[in-house]
Amino acid sequence: MDVVMLSRIQFGLAAGVHFIFPSLTLGLTLLVFLFEYKFYKTNDELFKTISSFFIKILGLVFALGVATGIVLEFSFGTNWAEYSRMVGDIFGAPLAAEGIFAFFLESVFLGVLLFARNKVSKKVYLLSAFLVFFGSHLSGLWIIIANSWMQTPAGFAIEGGRAVLTNFWAAALNPSTLVRFIHVIIAGWISGSLFAAGVAAWYLVKQQHTQMAQKILKTAIIVFCIMSLVQFASGHLHAVQVTNLQPEKMATFEALWQTQTGAPMSIIGIPIESEKKTYFEIKIPKLLSLLAYFDPNAQVKGRDAFPEDELPPVLLPYFSYHVMIGLGSLFALLSIIALLLLLRKKLFEAKWFLYVLMFAIPLPILANEFGWIAAEVGRQPWAVYKVLKTVDAVSTVVPATHVLLSLIIFSLIYLLLVVLFITILIKIIKNGPQAQTY
Amino acid sequence: MDINIFQNIWFLIIGFLLTVYSILDGFDLGIASLMPVLTKNEKEQKQVMDSIWPVWDGNEVWLITGGAALFAAFPFAYATVFSGFYLALMLVLFALIFRAVSMEFWYYDEKRKKLWAWAFTIGSLLPSLLFGVALGNIIYGIPIDLNMNFTGSFFTLLRPFPLFIGLLGLSAILLQGCTWAAYKIEGDVAKRAKAMINKIILASVFFFILAIVLTIGLLPSIVSNLFGWIGALFYAIALSYVYVCNRDNKPFNAFIGSSVSFVSLWIMAGAALYPNLVRATIEAYNLTIFNASSTALTLKIMFIIALIGMPIVIAYTVYVYRVFKGKVS
Repeated sequence: MDVVMLSRIQFGLAAGVHFIFPSLTLGLTLLVFLFEYKFYKTNDELFKTISSFFIKILGLVFALGVATGIVLEFSFGTNWAEYSRMVGDIFGAPLAAEGIFAFFLESVFLGVLLFARNKVSKKVYLLSAFLVFFGSHLSGLWIIIANSWMQTPAGFAIEGGRAVLTNFWAAALNPSTLVRFIHVIIAGWISGSLFAAGVAAWYLVKQQHTQMAQKILKTAIIVFCIMSLVQFASGHLHAVQVTNLQPEKMATFEALWQTQTGAPMSIIGIPIESEKKTYFEIKIPKLLSLLAYFDPNAQVKGRDAFPEDELPPVLLPYFSYHVMIGLGSLFALLSIIALLLLLRKKLFEAKWFLYVLMFAIPLPILANEFGWIAAEVGRQPWAVYKVLKTVDAVSTVVPATHVLLSLIIFSLIYLLLVVLFITILIKIIKNGPQAQTY
Repeated sequence: MDINIFQNIWFLIIGFLLTVYSILDGFDLGIASLMPVLTKNEKEQKQVMDSIWPVWDGNEVWLITGGAALFAAFPFAYATVFSGFYLALMLVLFALIFRAVSMEFWYYDEKRKKLWAWAFTIGSLLPSLLFGVALGNIIYGIPIDLNMNFTGSFFTLLRPFPLFIGLLGLSAILLQGCTWAAYKIEGDVAKRAKAMINKIILASVFFFILAIVLTIGLLPSIVSNLFGWIGALFYAIALSYVYVCNRDNKPFNAFIGSSVSFVSLWIMAGAALYPNLVRATIEAYNLTIFNASSTALTLKIMFIIALIGMPIVIAYTVYVYRVFKGKVS
């Protein structure tokens, strides 16, 4: 394999493993803040125990997030030096801003949450919970700004062979920043709330910590229900944005080979790129046109409208995009069932549904990963859309053998990390919310 | 304002970020590196971890922010160094990964406690050495071509001068960790730390004199820099202060003395480099703050970001350190 492919795999591995942790962090910091707020208001010790329990889990998730996150920041220099030279004038700033405005806040006050429950006042502790919540979301914003700029670059000019910043706000609030941010944040909330709901469901099935489990489940399921439904709207907006600004990407997601009026939406199928054909396809006529342009007869560009060397591969983005949407639909279905059970006051007794919640814990993480794969592979062959190709972004001085070596070691380390993360997570959950910490 | 002013400002800001990083993360990397000699059982290991647990990740953010600031302000230096030092940086990354997770894993994964204690120590020791080696290399000069690309190999990085700078950096980090242990922890760990401080000072003096002699011999062009000598003087005073405070049982002052000695080392490093960021073996190819920087607009906006953000960061960091003041028993 060549150095470009190896570097892509390595970055994909590093970002893919990393992404597990910040998305959980987004949801967990929200829940911790909600539980801390309830404790502050009601003085009910149960909320304090619940919150401390999730803070403990947050501590583990955060440590893994830091460990895997620092790799990404280094990677732009180590593996993508030409990228850094070409777009560093724009791309570095959001990363630095993330550190200054968000990451410090998150890390410093997480220390307070983990170790200073008895050292600060209740008010300061609640404030710390808010600042960790706020910091992690602000951190997400800056990273999404950086990522969105690669998708829909704005606010720059090409001068002397490199991209230079001309308008900071245009670059930061480029056309896909806001919609992507909302989509990713909600995905994080879904991940965190379904995780908490699943853990509570497990306690209820086992008939342990029942009182606490009910409180956890109630809050978590409400967040989950609202967010899974709202995610449909945000997903729709995001899809419209992609259709307008990266039409070849949408054509790829939908395996739309020819430009056509009244374009159908592909529900399932096997797209074969070499034959420009989708086998076993089930599609809904005119739906893509309708959703993208609010007009069932609108013209949607197919892959034939673009030069061959500027098209992404089909299979992986198509598959990832559809799995993401499938899982999103499943979450919406789950939330409707949960709402019905909640209204009939049967949520805590419906054992079958509690089992479903438990086994659904990893699904939002999978949906996040597939959504991200679709977005990033769908951007190919560009590193920065229409500005810099991925093949031209790689470090020219690093031999393929070095990348292969580091890739092998990363794979082993990340495998170990994920296995241990899951093992320890299960252990913390089994020990129960009251267990002593550190 | 002229772009040169911002280029200078960013040289100072990145120097500031890295200095604070080395003071703060220095003590937790240092104490972790010394854990096998400071502790005799799991209870004492727990004391060592407790002394840094609430703050270590906040400390590491100074490195993350320093790295990002280098990327944003001087992308060409970032690209050259990070791609050129590929294997060495991968080692640092592997080490930092293990270091970040080792405490959680040590705590929860009871069957493999010994293994995670070693991961904690080696994961801290390795970067503590390699940071200095990297700095030594960019001061000493690395082979760079016309296109700012590194043309050496992994072994280019292991020349004697950078290695000695690496050992000087390592002894500075160990001194940070050791004075922290003496100040922050009660009981036997503190006693052992107190006894060890003088040995580390001795090692520091040895590598420091060696570094000065080598600099005079190998890099005559920077010997005339006054700031370098002021830094050296401060370093000598700070080290003596650490010695005196340790002798007189003032562990907090010894820790402050060690931190000041670190500042002095950074002043020397900055003086040795300026206005270069990376010295090349062929002088014409040096990466300087002028030819490696982002544009004026980016530097200006980043400066505003730093001006708003950093005072707030410093304020709450100081606050939280005060929350965690007191000894670990």
